[in-house]
Amino acid sequence: MLEPEWIAGLLGGLMIGTAAALFLLANGRIMGASGIAGDALDGTDRGGRAERLVFLAGLVTVPFLIDRFLIPVVSHLTPNLALIAIAGVLVGLGTRMANGCTSGHGVCGLSRLSLRGAVAVAVFMGSGAATVALFRHVWSVI
Amino acid sequence: MRLVTALIAGGLFGAGLVLSGMTDTRAVIGFLDIFGAWNPTLAFVMGGAILPMALAWRLAARRPCSLSGQAFPTRPNPAITRNLILGSALFGAGWGLVGLCPGPALATSLTGGIPALVFLLAMGGGMLAAIPVRRPAPPTSPVRT
Repeated sequence: MLEPEWIAGLLGGLMIGTAAALFLLANGRIMGASGIAGDALDGTDRGGRAERLVFLAGLVTVPFLIDRFLIPVVSHLTPNLALIAIAGVLVGLGTRMANGCTSGHGVCGLSRLSLRGAVAVAVFMGSGAATVALFRHVWSVI
Repeated sequence: MRLVTALIAGGLFGAGLVLSGMTDTRAVIGFLDIFGAWNPTLAFVMGGAILPMALAWRLAARRPCSLSGQAFPTRPNPAITRNLILGSALFGAGWGLVGLCPGPALATSLTGGIPALVFLLAMGGGMLAAIPVRRPAPPTSPVRT
């Protein structure tokens, strides 16, 4: 049987995919969070800075509004700031080196049957699973 | 027009992340925790997201350019580079440690308090640190120099 959270996951996923489809068909751009944020941050984007900033504004404010007026957005993020800082650097560095993250290589790459996307997804999911296995089950840090 | 659709896409992405549970780091770490209480929700999210996007790529293939007139992105250089592998491995490690990838990190930046802001700052630092490692965009198919 389907759990309610799986159904919510599927519906939320459809919304994410629809957002990506809109960004591609209307704006001609790949909806990859690390690419949009990174290009806006380091200025390597060749044009389209305004639409990237507007996209980021929507991405940041809509969850905030949902949290304020509909349902609380609970992230259960660890309070361990050192761990957060290390993880943040790894995520920023890694996604820019690999030119994509879960949305770019995952949603946009896999749906295009991109080999690069599939390889990236396999590597970051494998690495993520190995990290959780080590840090949770071997060292009990997380 | 382009700014309006960009705003809608960003907002819809953020709302989808919240509804799907991907802004909850427990659900994400639960997906990666294959030796613990495995939570498959992320697979449903990814499946749900790929469906409309697969349609969009098919539509895009039949059109000369996007509705705004901006050309569609060309296929990236298909080479599996060292940066792709190493970068994805580093990203996965950070993702597994706290359960945040760039989309949800941005989506929770105003609701997650100090920890969320620390993550965002560190992620920005990591992105800037990647500049020397990133090569200029590889030439795409028909262009030859």
